[in-house]
Order: sequence, then structure tokens, then C-alpha cells
Amino acid sequence: MSDVLLEIRNLEAFYGPVMAIRGASLEVPEGAIVTVLGANGAGKTTLLKTVSGVMDPDKGEVLLAGESIERSEPDRIVRKGVVHVPEGREVFPLLDVEENLAMGAWTRSDDGVAEDREMIFGYFPILEERLRQSAGTLSGGEQQMLAIARGLMARPKIMLLDEPSLGLSPILVGEIFSILRRLNEERGVAMLLVEQNAKAALDIADFGYVMELGRVVMDGPAKRLADNRDIREFYLGAKERSQRGERRWKRRKTWR
Amino acid sequence: MDSLQLIVSGLANGCVYGLIALGFVLIYKATEQVNFAQGDMMMLGAFTALGLANDSHLGLPFWVACIGAVVIVAAVGWLLERTVLRRVFGQSQLAVVILTIALGFVLRFVAGTIWGHDPLTLESPIAGVNVRLGGLVLGLDEIAVVLVTLLLTAALFAFFRRTKLGVAMQASSQNQLAAYYMGIPVKRIHGFTWALAGATAAVAGILFASKGSIDPNTGLLGIKAFAAAVIGGFGSLPGALAGGLVVGLIEPFAARYVASGYSQVAPYALMLVVLILRPHGILSQVHGKKV
Repeated sequence: MSDVLLEIRNLEAFYGPVMAIRGASLEVPEGAIVTVLGANGAGKTTLLKTVSGVMDPDKGEVLLAGESIERSEPDRIVRKGVVHVPEGREVFPLLDVEENLAMGAWTRSDDGVAEDREMIFGYFPILEERLRQSAGTLSGGEQQMLAIARGLMARPKIMLLDEPSLGLSPILVGEIFSILRRLNEERGVAMLLVEQNAKAALDIADFGYVMELGRVVMDGPAKRLADNRDIREFYLGAKERSQRGERRWKRRKTWR
Repeated sequence: MDSLQLIVSGLANGCVYGLIALGFVLIYKATEQVNFAQGDMMMLGAFTALGLANDSHLGLPFWVACIGAVVIVAAVGWLLERTVLRRVFGQSQLAVVILTIALGFVLRFVAGTIWGHDPLTLESPIAGVNVRLGGLVLGLDEIAVVLVTLLLTAALFAFFRRTKLGVAMQASSQNQLAAYYMGIPVKRIHGFTWALAGATAAVAGILFASKGSIDPNTGLLGIKAFAAAVIGGFGSLPGALAGGLVVGLIEPFAARYVASGYSQVAPYALMLVVLILRPHGILSQVHGKKV
């Protein structure tokens, strides 16, 4: 495949003494949304951190458009067009919205910054209203929008989104995910989306991977994953009924 | 008239405390480290200016010596961060505290070795010149101290508020990880912060040396400035200046109206009172993190 934007090959990474990623490989094609599903501790966040350069992998490669970027400093990776929107928003609490956005554009010195800000206000009009408010006083949903908007200010080719649904109401999750979808379709921003909210993620994604204990255990087009029996049971919460109306066994995951 | 005179000299002293406190706050604001060697960097600034300006040493013109001292101490600050502080990056606050206290000792003995342990006086054109304002006799040095301090604080304040680098310094202190994610070179910013704190300390040192004699233990003044920074609210630049002024003012009045020994105790007593009544200081920035 020539149009692969981000490729992770046989990645292994330790979190202290714990082996968090045990040889994971995945691909994000140009302009696609790829989701990584998995429970707590599956290694999803570590995966994103290794891509954005905040953590160094022990083995394996991270290729951006064919160029190896693992073990680079985070600022070099941002300049190459990879932006990490961290879990739990992580806005700069005492800076106002405008300054937060300016920090997102730290690596840029071109004239397009003001233009991009207007573009972002088109997607997130609430941020324009809150321009002078310090980010710590925004609501959770607004902070998440700010975190995404701040990432967009770097004009990324690909965004690494870590649990953008965390701690948000279902309505807000729907709103934010539809904005993500629009950003992907209209701006062509590829996304690597890590989520526990499997339903929301599979709804907007093109392709999905399932991680467990540091390994990719399953992959496929999002539609097919959403119909998979194991995924339905363990990630989407669907319960099968037996003929007697109740279930007396625990299903085993078929990938084990 | 008497108390007015006290106020003026108190303000001038307070400005020096304020400038040292500013150094504390600068480093704390950008790196979350507390630099207990800040007072000793001030002392180093004073001695560097003295070494460059005094006829018995290099005998350079006063203003050249001032600029030289600022540049040299800024470089020392940058080097300290680069070589020493960066090694404890990410370690506990205690490691940084012990390390910077030790650095203070080192600076004190280095200064003692170069310039001796006896008090010396900086040959400054503003020392000992008096200005009459009505019935008030003011030292030109005192006026210069107040003016320079106000200008420097305003400049630093504007720098933090208005420039991209200043905002990035705030950002990297508020959320270091997020600053990394945005591609802000956090380590380089720390180095720059230490250089800036060094420059501020040098200015404070030159001003202090213009008001009287200096010896290598002058840097212990930094503890008083630390109290000033706490009173003002650690993390706020105007607060540091305000805290410095409060400490500077309370000293002569305590000495005049209570007993001379109390002037040494008063700043710390005030610090305790402030910590009890307003634990975050007079001008503080507090926020709770939303989960």
C-alpha cells in the first residue's frame, strides 16, 4: 500500500518494568479514521505516546509516510504533522482560550495561523465566545473541544486522539464525534482514535483494531467489527439470549 | 517626616527583596522548581559587577560592568540548569531543594575565593549622592533601586503576558506534558528561564551593592526574599514584588517601634500570619483541575 500515512511495526514498549506493548502493528491510511479499542491497561495510551515521541519504544518502528520517526523529540514529530490530543484534555488551565490555541500553533511561523483559527471557530463556535476565559474554568465538553482545537492549530496530517469521550455526557460525545467526522471529511485529517466507547468510535471509524494486554488481537473494517459477535458482547454490551431466556455460561473470546 | 524616611529606605530594601523574589517566582512559574541559590546568584551578580567596575580590579566603565554582570550571571544560571538541574529533572521537589541549597554554598565559596571574605564596596556613580525633595533627603541609589525594580517587573510581566515565548513558559509550568504534546521544547525553555532568573538576580545584586557593602554571605538575604515570595503568593510576579515591599517596609518599622532584634523576626512572623490567613499568598493564582 502506497497511501499509508502512519505505520507501526512490531512495536514493543515498557512502562517502567511493565511491558505495555508486546509487538503491535497497525496502519493508518491517508485521510482515514482508524480506531483502537481495548480495556484499561491494554496499551492504547502507551501506543499513542510512542508515536508522538513522549515515550521511546524498545523495539519496533513508527513510520510516517515511510520515514522512521520513533525516538524523535516530540517537537520534531509535531512539526512533521503528528499531533497528540491527550487523554483527560490537559489544557493549560490558567491560560485563556486564545493563548491555549496559540500554544497549539507553537511550531508554526507561517501566515496561515489566523486563518486556521477562523476555520476552527467554524467547527467550535463556543470557543470563539469563550476566547478570553481561562481554560480551567471551561466545562468538560468545552475543554475537550479546546484540546482538539489546540491540536488542529498545528495543522496536522494526523491526529492521535486519546479517549475524547472520557467523562462526557452521551449528547456531548455525539456532538464531538460528529465534529471529528466532519473534520476528517472536510479537512482530510487522518485520525488514530483510541477509545473505550466502542460504539461511538466504530460509528465514525473506517477501520478498527482491538488491543488486549499489549497485543493487537483483532482487526478489520469498522462495519465488520461492529457486527462481530465477540465485539458485540465484550465491547458493545449486547447480550445473547439462550433458548431458555437466560444465559448460564460465560462466553469465551474466540481470539484467546 | 521620620516615618517617611523609614518608608523610603524600607521601599528601597523591599525592591531588592522583590527582585530576588521575582527570580524565585520566575523559576517556580516556569519549571516548578524552587531555587534556594537565588540569593547567592544575586550576590554573584553584585561581585561580578564589582570585579568588572572597581579600579582595584578590572576598572571598566560602570555601565559596561553592569551589562557584563547581567550577561555573566545569566550565563551562569543557564549553565547551572544545563549541567546540574537537568539531571534531577522529574525527581522530587526535595532533591531540587537540597541541590539548590548546596549550589548556594558553592557559589558563596567561589565568590569568597575570588573576592575574599571581607566586605567590599562597589564604586557606583549613584552611591552616596543625595537628592532633596522638599524636606526629604533621598539617596539617588534608593530612587534608582525603586525605578529599576518597577521597570523590570513591568517588563517581565509584559513578557509573560504578551510574547509567545512568555506564554509558552507559563504553559510548560501549568501542564508540562501538554506542552510536550504541543511541540514546545520544554527543556530549552527551562534553560532560558534560569538565564532570565540569573539576569534578574544580577540586577538585584548591582542595586544592592549600590546601597552598601557586600560580602559572600550577602546571599543569605535570599531567605528573606523567599519569605517575601511566599507572602506575595508563589507564582505571581506582581505578588513577588508586593511581598518584597511588605518585607522591606516591615523591617525598619519593627526596628524603630518594637526592638531592634525584631526587625529580623518580623518578615518570618508575617509569613506565618499570611500562610495561616491566606495560604496561597496575597496575589495568587489558584485553580482546581477538572476531571
